[in-house]
Amino acid sequence: MALIDVTPEGLRCALGGFYVDPAASVDRAILTHAHADHARPGSVEYVCAQSSLEVLRARLGDDAKLVGLEYGERRRFGDVTVSLHPAGHVLGSAQVRIEHEREGVWVISGDYKRDPDPTCAPFEPLACDTFITEATFALPVYVWTDPRVVAKELFDCWRSERTHATLVFCYAFGKAQRILAHLAELTDEPVFLHGAMERLTDAYRRAGVSLAKTSPLPESASHKDYAGRLVLCPPSANRSPWMKRFKSPQTAFASGWMAVRGQKTRRGYERGFVLSDHADWPSLVKTVEETRAKRVLVTHGSSDAFARYLRESRGIDAAPLGHLYEGDEGDT
Amino acid sequence: MKRFAALYRALDGATATSEKVSLLEAYVREVSRADAAWAVYLLLDKKKSALSSGALRQRFLEASAMPEWLFEECRGHVGDTAETVALLLHALPRSDGTDESREALAALPLSTWMEDELPRCPRDDVDKQRAALVRWWSALSPWEALALNKVLTGAFRVGVSGGLVQRAVASALGVELSRVQRALTGDFAPSAALLTDLESSTAAADDSKPYPFLLAHPLEDDFVFDPARWQLEYKWDGIRGQVIKRAGQLFLWSRGEELVTPSFPDLREPLSSLPDGTAIDGEILAWSTTDDAPAPFATLQTRLQRKNLTPAVLRGAPARVVAYDLLELGGEDLRERPLAERRAALEKLVTDVALPVLSISAVLEAKSREELEALREAAHERGAEGLMLKDRESVYGIGRKRGVWWKHKREPMTVDAVLVYAQAGSGRRANLFTDYTFALWKGDELVSFAKAYSGLSDEELAELDKWIRKNTREKHGPVRVVEPELVFELAFEGIAKSARHKSGLAVRFPRILRWRRDKPAREADSVTLAEALLNPPK
Ligand SMILES: [Zn+2]
Ligand SMILES: [Zn+2]
Repeated sequence: MALIDVTPEGLRCALGGFYVDPAASVDRAILTHAHADHARPGSVEYVCAQSSLEVLRARLGDDAKLVGLEYGERRRFGDVTVSLHPAGHVLGSAQVRIEHEREGVWVISGDYKRDPDPTCAPFEPLACDTFITEATFALPVYVWTDPRVVAKELFDCWRSERTHATLVFCYAFGKAQRILAHLAELTDEPVFLHGAMERLTDAYRRAGVSLAKTSPLPESASHKDYAGRLVLCPPSANRSPWMKRFKSPQTAFASGWMAVRGQKTRRGYERGFVLSDHADWPSLVKTVEETRAKRVLVTHGSSDAFARYLRESRGIDAAPLGHLYEGDEGDT
Repeated sequence: MKRFAALYRALDGATATSEKVSLLEAYVREVSRADAAWAVYLLLDKKKSALSSGALRQRFLEASAMPEWLFEECRGHVGDTAETVALLLHALPRSDGTDESREALAALPLSTWMEDELPRCPRDDVDKQRAALVRWWSALSPWEALALNKVLTGAFRVGVSGGLVQRAVASALGVELSRVQRALTGDFAPSAALLTDLESSTAAADDSKPYPFLLAHPLEDDFVFDPARWQLEYKWDGIRGQVIKRAGQLFLWSRGEELVTPSFPDLREPLSSLPDGTAIDGEILAWSTTDDAPAPFATLQTRLQRKNLTPAVLRGAPARVVAYDLLELGGEDLRERPLAERRAALEKLVTDVALPVLSISAVLEAKSREELEALREAAHERGAEGLMLKDRESVYGIGRKRGVWWKHKREPMTVDAVLVYAQAGSGRRANLFTDYTFALWKGDELVSFAKAYSGLSDEELAELDKWIRKNTREKHGPVRVVEPELVFELAFEGIAKSARHKSGLAVRFPRILRWRRDKPAREADSVTLAEALLNPPK
């Protein structure tokens, strides 16, 4: 029996009596992070990284039973020992390390990246026997540039537009705060936030992350009040009635997908900033090699291609685990 | 290449036409005349591709250590070979040479790239191609490499129309738009002289140049027919073209601004007797050898495919021009005159020259909307595509102007067919399954019938894309075989027998009219029904 198996409810650790990021309600869920496709309401107890408590609270509500573990803290569940380690994806994101005396060490990466991110602890490479890795951007066309360079491009793009608003679309949890953290180093000018982003941004501040000044959109403002202002908003707001308040704004989308021209045009944005919270191709390959895992299982995105590449070009025993998750950057 | 790549990137990011015009205008002002001429030439897609996408891909694979299957995965995802290669440059080994020499190469002006660098990549020598490409790629950033790859393989597709380029050039140089239009239509050489000639008023105009074509809009639902205002003509199905006679020479241009004179020796000689300084807009047709009427488009097409225009071929499908409009007479540009005036001059010209190969498009009569519709039906029986409605007061503008010329075609033929295969689109549609193959019933079997790409809204495309991913039965390379469940109403303009499709039928201009969510697959149409459309009433 494998330490982890795939069930309709999600990744199950039968020997430890828990699930990791389950899709359904279970007794005990260990969460890698608070993105909606990983943290679903309805379970009896959630175990998560201490630093994700604030954002998870904002997501799952005050009634959810949350148990926080410090990174590296070891906890016994059933026959296994579990510890959480930074994944570098978003605030409080974690890899789940599971140890069993007969089955050895398994690590579930959750979503992760290796690029510097001022809003969360950096990814920690872990040696293991079996590594379950994400593969959202597992094609060699995805190679990120330094996020500080991209943030500067975004800042320059905003500052070059003085007569209209600049709307930067990005995911409400993680990407928005990361942009704000980078902007904090570049400007004191406040940024307007779409309503859907306020609660999570507050949670980041409560967790002690320093961000650029923000303010909610004024109730009754004419488009002139938005001249030269930066507005962060979720992708769902694009072409919605909400957008009518801005007169011919310049629009941009901040996402790893923007590395491909067709994606940008298809989504109808004028500009794309290639800024991702997932690992790019070189980081994925590097990470897999650093774990020295004997077996690699691949989820999310281009899992077939990545597993084949690891097998054929790197001589690593690898196989796709199937598409467990849908949502956040992975499938939208 | 740096500056041109920056222009390319900026144009790609701009959505408003006015913004694109000002980007291009700034470029033309800023760079040398030779660079500007090359940029215009490239953006107008005048340059023949130096390398096929296949060759570009092959040279990349030879130079990098990337497995072919992985490249194909990437290309399927990106949707474009030139861009895929540009995004994979990091997989290439560093070439020899210093960073300074690479930097200098990237900074060379566009004209130097086009005139001195590109010849290093000859069509027929793969080793030289590979050496040149590796040297270039290792000097360029992904965006610069993308611009170069597009220069090599052709087709920029950054939403820059001919009219937009003309406007930008005219305002950058401060010369009249009509002069720029003439200089940049048809064939021209991408040299500094192109622009310096435009600026100096004494330069001789190029005698061969056609005028930009005025195009018709499909008639809109709320159109109100006023017989006094609209001139009615048949819309023929041949090659829309211009007959130009200037300085003793005759030129035949297609609407694609291609010089087609060599394909029509039987027109060139007789039409050469037109007076100098004449430009006629008309339709080049193959004429029936039995009736005094145009032959079907297929006859003209067969003739165009022949390499050798033997006397027998010419006799079997003699060509003729049906004149629609007169744009220039006695060297004078008539385009600003109202249609009624141009028509009168055209009638007089055609009568005066009295050439069997040149007839005039008949003006038709309809006193009411009902008569108009009857006329449209009759148009089909005569082998025309439909009717043209032209405002008698209108000037001859440029491009597709609403409300000046309408085309009114017969309702298309339709069938309900089942979606059986899907493939990802390219360019804007990469990553989305937008290329579909549809099938009809033949007994208990579904046989493929037509491919169609367009006709669905963005929402429907996205929904269908999701469905396809969930309902894939098999994958064959990029092609997904899907569960035969969904029914779509397809429209097409013509139908003929064909050995290429399993159904034994081929259709012209197939497109999706709507998603028939109300119909289960077993209620889709059969091949037998489609065959019945083969012989429309004559
Ligand atoms: Zn995530
Ligand atoms: Zn995820």
